[in-house]
Amino acid sequence: MKKIEIFDPALCCPTGLCGPNINPDLMRIAAAVEALKRHGVDIERHNLRDVPQLYVDNTVVNVLLQEKGAEVLPVILVDGKLEVAGKYPTNQQLSEWTGVNLDFIPQLS
Amino acid sequence: MKAFNISEIVLTKYLFFTGKGGVGKTSLACATAIGLADAGKKILLISTDPASNLQDIFNQSLNGNCVQIPEVQGLTVVNLDPEEAAGVYKESVVGPFRGKLPVSVIQNMEEQLSGSCTVEIAAFNEFSDFITDPEKYKQYDHIIFDTAPTGHALRMLQLPSAWSTFISESTHGASCLGQLSGLEQRKEIYKQAVLTLADEKETNLILVSRPEVSPLLEAARSSSELQALGIKNQILVINAILQDVDQQDDVSVQLFNQQKEVLLHIPDSLTKYPAFTIPLRSYNLSNIDDIRRMLHEDVLVHANTEYKPLNQELTKEDLIDDLYRSGKRVVFVMGKGGVGKTTLAATIAIGLAKRGAKVHLTTTDPANHLDYDVATGSGISLSRINEAKVLEQYKNEVRAKVVGTISAFDMEYIEEDLRSPCTQEIAVFKAFAQIVEKADQETVVIDTAPTGHTLLLLDATESYHREVQRTQGDSSEAVRNLLPRLRNPQETEVVIVTLPEATPVFEAERLQKDLQRAGIHNKWWVVNACFSMIETRNPMLREKAMHELIWIEKVKELSNNHAALIRWNK
Repeated sequence: MKKIEIFDPALCCPTGLCGPNINPDLMRIAAAVEALKRHGVDIERHNLRDVPQLYVDNTVVNVLLQEKGAEVLPVILVDGKLEVAGKYPTNQQLSEWTGVNLDFIPQLS
Repeated sequence: MKAFNISEIVLTKYLFFTGKGGVGKTSLACATAIGLADAGKKILLISTDPASNLQDIFNQSLNGNCVQIPEVQGLTVVNLDPEEAAGVYKESVVGPFRGKLPVSVIQNMEEQLSGSCTVEIAAFNEFSDFITDPEKYKQYDHIIFDTAPTGHALRMLQLPSAWSTFISESTHGASCLGQLSGLEQRKEIYKQAVLTLADEKETNLILVSRPEVSPLLEAARSSSELQALGIKNQILVINAILQDVDQQDDVSVQLFNQQKEVLLHIPDSLTKYPAFTIPLRSYNLSNIDDIRRMLHEDVLVHANTEYKPLNQELTKEDLIDDLYRSGKRVVFVMGKGGVGKTTLAATIAIGLAKRGAKVHLTTTDPANHLDYDVATGSGISLSRINEAKVLEQYKNEVRAKVVGTISAFDMEYIEEDLRSPCTQEIAVFKAFAQIVEKADQETVVIDTAPTGHTLLLLDATESYHREVQRTQGDSSEAVRNLLPRLRNPQETEVVIVTLPEATPVFEAERLQKDLQRAGIHNKWWVVNACFSMIETRNPMLREKAMHELIWIEKVKELSNNHAALIRWNK
């Protein structure tokens, strides 16, 4: 099975609710990740605030950060390979990687 | 009610003093600690007093380590600074990555470690060490905590129950707790701290108040909330009661009657606990001798000095004139609870209206102190922010947004994040933003202000969001317009209100620093309820008035001589 890793920027909380605005895309991704986990998918989110060492140790992420700075986040790796950077993957992309139908989660443009 | 006497109260291993800022928690905790130490007990006193006047009292520099007090045999003191602890924590997380990760990444981390949760977590972190340390348990007869002002203390105490639920039940990453490094390793410590707090054999809670309405309401609120957390051993101490009424002296009679009236109406939830009183003292409790005297006797040090009320001071009329002339659009009245913000905001609003301004007054006062008829009669428009309600509205707004995803979404997950203290700050801030929008058409006076901290967090997040063009998150126009407006000294004035006493002045100084950090302009200060402006023959009140002078001077210094004084008024 494919292993998906999401390297988030430093977030107050995974839904971004503590911030001054509600970012629906953060909620979508939080919902999607929870749903995928329930289907037994190997998917993990890292928060820069909590586990900065991972952002140093992971060569793909670190090279991107050194080149482009914090705005390159979030970075999404599938089996260690760069798939998406600077935004979250769509539900469709997530479904393609995992075979799990995520149509029930609204995709915000 | 009996006089407070340490030989008459049940002394558990841990004693907590709680109450609003300025009611005398620290003084009373010190008096209890010194009294017990003098009686031969081994005492550890742990203070988180933001005013930090403990160092002055003990004439000794204090820190997070145990310091023995040479003048008081058997007394050891620890002074915790949660803000500093949070700073140290932040640096411990970010520091190792400087140079390893780009600057923008470091900044991003720092912003997210500056939330109010970080300070609270750091505070609880330190505090839990002391309440669970078996060595200290053996070493000391009593461990006394003078907790920070109530709101903060409550959150500190309230969080652990959320945490222990969280730690045991949650399956997903905690939001505010995520930042706590080594959460798992400390699990047992937190659990133990929560259990000890709720253990009647080990813990006693002393609610400190003054014979005034607002501190008593605050005490009642703390009491119920702590009761709900399982802390049932509570006693009430009412500090600063005028003992001898001088029938010939109007002010003395007024004060006496006012206190008597308040004491007849102690909130119901407090009446079930044993209650004690402490007499009003004329002196400042600023050294060990005075603290030792606090529970026993009064001394008039200025008895032979000639007393003259202050009368050449700036008044609220000067303040209102200046606000009017300079054409301010937004006036915040800022200060800790109970210093008279709502009344002052109304006075300013009415004063501006009389001078010809079109004024809108907004209050957040849950006690609803405002005389609405007087206010509307003066031609100003009124609105009210109900903090509990706006928080609920914000929560509902969020809940509504996830309706589509709810089937997949464990709602608890969202609710967990909605319980974060940041959420509350943000919710109230949004309500502000909408009202300040009105300042285009009229002058807006508000009886509270956002903290500089909220503003900074917002600013950081806003600019960050701009950078990464992630503004699809719908930060409203109102919120976005607010910051520049608040930072414009031509448009905005924050009036800081305080009382002529140690803790309120220190607390206000903190507010000022916080505003400065956020780039918000403040020119005027108001010192409310000054005894030093009244004619009184009562030697005790005269003495008290004279002790106010150093705090009034301090405010003049802090405000660069823009301190308006308001006389004490029953």
